[in-house]
Amino acid sequence: MDWTKEWKPLAFLVAGFLACFYLPVGLPRFDNSMLEAFHLVKWYAREHVILCLVPAFFIAGAIAVFVSQDSVMKYLGPAANKACAYGVASCSGTVLAVCSCTVLPLFAGIYRMGAGLGPATAFLYSGPAINVLAIILTARILGPSLGLARAVGAIAFSVLIGLAMHFIYRKEEVEKIKAAQLPESDSGRPLWQTAVYFAAMVGILVFANWGRPGEATGLWADIFAAKWPITAGFGVAFALCLAAWFKVPAGRLVLAALPVAFLGFAFPEEPLFAFSAGVLGLSAIASTARDETGEWFASSWGFAKQILPLLLFGVLVAGALLGRPGQEGLIPSAWVTAAVGGNSLGANFMASFAGAFMYFATLTEVPILQGLIGSGMGQGPALALLLAGPALSLPNMLVIRSVMGTGKTVVFVSLVVVMSTLTGWLYGMFVS
Amino acid sequence: MKKIQVLGPGCPKCKQLAEQAEAAAKGLGIEFELAKVTELKDIMAFGVMTTPALVVDGEVKVVGKVPSVEDIKKYLQ
Repeated sequence: MDWTKEWKPLAFLVAGFLACFYLPVGLPRFDNSMLEAFHLVKWYAREHVILCLVPAFFIAGAIAVFVSQDSVMKYLGPAANKACAYGVASCSGTVLAVCSCTVLPLFAGIYRMGAGLGPATAFLYSGPAINVLAIILTARILGPSLGLARAVGAIAFSVLIGLAMHFIYRKEEVEKIKAAQLPESDSGRPLWQTAVYFAAMVGILVFANWGRPGEATGLWADIFAAKWPITAGFGVAFALCLAAWFKVPAGRLVLAALPVAFLGFAFPEEPLFAFSAGVLGLSAIASTARDETGEWFASSWGFAKQILPLLLFGVLVAGALLGRPGQEGLIPSAWVTAAVGGNSLGANFMASFAGAFMYFATLTEVPILQGLIGSGMGQGPALALLLAGPALSLPNMLVIRSVMGTGKTVVFVSLVVVMSTLTGWLYGMFVS
Repeated sequence: MKKIQVLGPGCPKCKQLAEQAEAAAKGLGIEFELAKVTELKDIMAFGVMTTPALVVDGEVKVVGKVPSVEDIKKYLQ
C-alpha cells in the first residue's frame, strides 16, 4: 500500500460517503428546492429556448460574422476623435462584445493601442452589460423595463466612468503600442441590406415573444392578438433577404417554408410547431451552405454550444437556491428581502458590491436575478446587480489588474460599484 | 520551419483556430511549431486587439476571426 498515492482516492471516498450520509433529503426545504430547480429548468425549456434563445443565437451569430469589426474599431483607434470614441465605446458592446471573451483583449487594445484609458474603461463597463444576448434575455424574462434600463444605464454610466478614469489619470502618459496593420476586410454588401436583414430577424424575435398585456384592449393587446401573422410576415421578409442578398437558392427556401406554412395553418393553437419547423429548415439550409451563410450558422451554433450548458447549470442553481418566483428555495425569501428588498441606498449598495465580485457566466445573471426578484429583491437593487455583475468578477479583476495595474483597477471597481448603486437607486425611485 | 502562433485568452474560437491551423500545416506537410499565446500582455505586444489572431513567423496574418483551413494554408505558404 503506497499511502502517498492512495490517500487521494481514500479522501474522495470518505468525502463522498459523508456527503451521502448527511444528505439533507427529507428536510422539506431541501426537497422543495430540488423540485424547484427542475420546475425552473422545465419552464425555461418550454417558454424561452425555442422562441427566444434560438433566434437570439442566430442574431448574435449574424452580428459576429456580418458586422465589420474594423469599421467600429476605426472609431476607437489611435487616430480617433476622442469625444466620439466615448460614445462609440459605450455602445459598441452590442456589436463587439458578443463573445464574452473578446471584451478583455479589446479593452487592453483600446487602452494601449487605441483611444486610451477613458474609452477603454467605458467599453470595459458597458460591453458585458449590453451584449445582444444579455439584453434580449433580460427583456424577455425580467421585463422590457429592466432590459431597457440595463442597456441605457450601462451606456450612459459607462461614459461617465470612462470620463472619470480619464480625468483622474489625466496627467499620466502611457506608452502606446503600435497596432498591427492589416488590410480592411470588405463585406461586399451595402450597409442598408445588412440593416434590413437584421431588422427582419429582430422583428421575428420581438413579435414571436410579444407578451400578453394586462388589459384586453389597446394597441399592445391588438398587436398581441396579431403577433403570429406579424411574425410570419417578418419571416417572409427574412426569407426574401436570404434569397436576394445571401445567395440562398430560392428553391431550398420554398422547400423549407412548406412545412412551416402547413404546420402554421394546421395547428394555429400551437405556434411552437411551425416555429420549430422554421428553425430546423433554416438550420438545414444554413449549415450546408459553403459561404458566409455557412459561417453565420457556424457562429450561431458556436454560441449555442458555449452558452446553453452554462445557462442550464445556472438555471438549476438559481432554482435550487431561490426557487421559482413566488416559491421558496434553499435561501429563505426573508433573508433576501432583508438584505436587498426595497430601494434603500444600502440595499442597492449590497447588490452592487456582491455583483461586482460574483462571477456570472454569460446569461446566468438572468435566472439568478429572476430568483432574487421573486424572493423579494427590489427593482432598484436588481438593476444595480445587473450593472455591476456581468462586467466584473474576482477572476476578471485580476486580469484587468494585469493590464492597468492595481491602482487603476481599484478606482475602476469603486466607480462601477458607486455608479451601479446610484443608477439602481434612481431606477428604483422612478418605477415605484 | 514555420512558427505558428495563435493569440487568444482561451475561448472556443481560439481553440478552434489552433486546431484548424494544425490541420492546415499537417495538410501541407510542412515542418511547423504551434504555440498558443494566452497572456494579454503578449497578445498586445503583437499589436492585436481582437482575438483570435493568427501569427506566422512573427507576422500577424489574421485578426478577429477564425479563417478556414484553406485560407490558413495560403498564409502558411
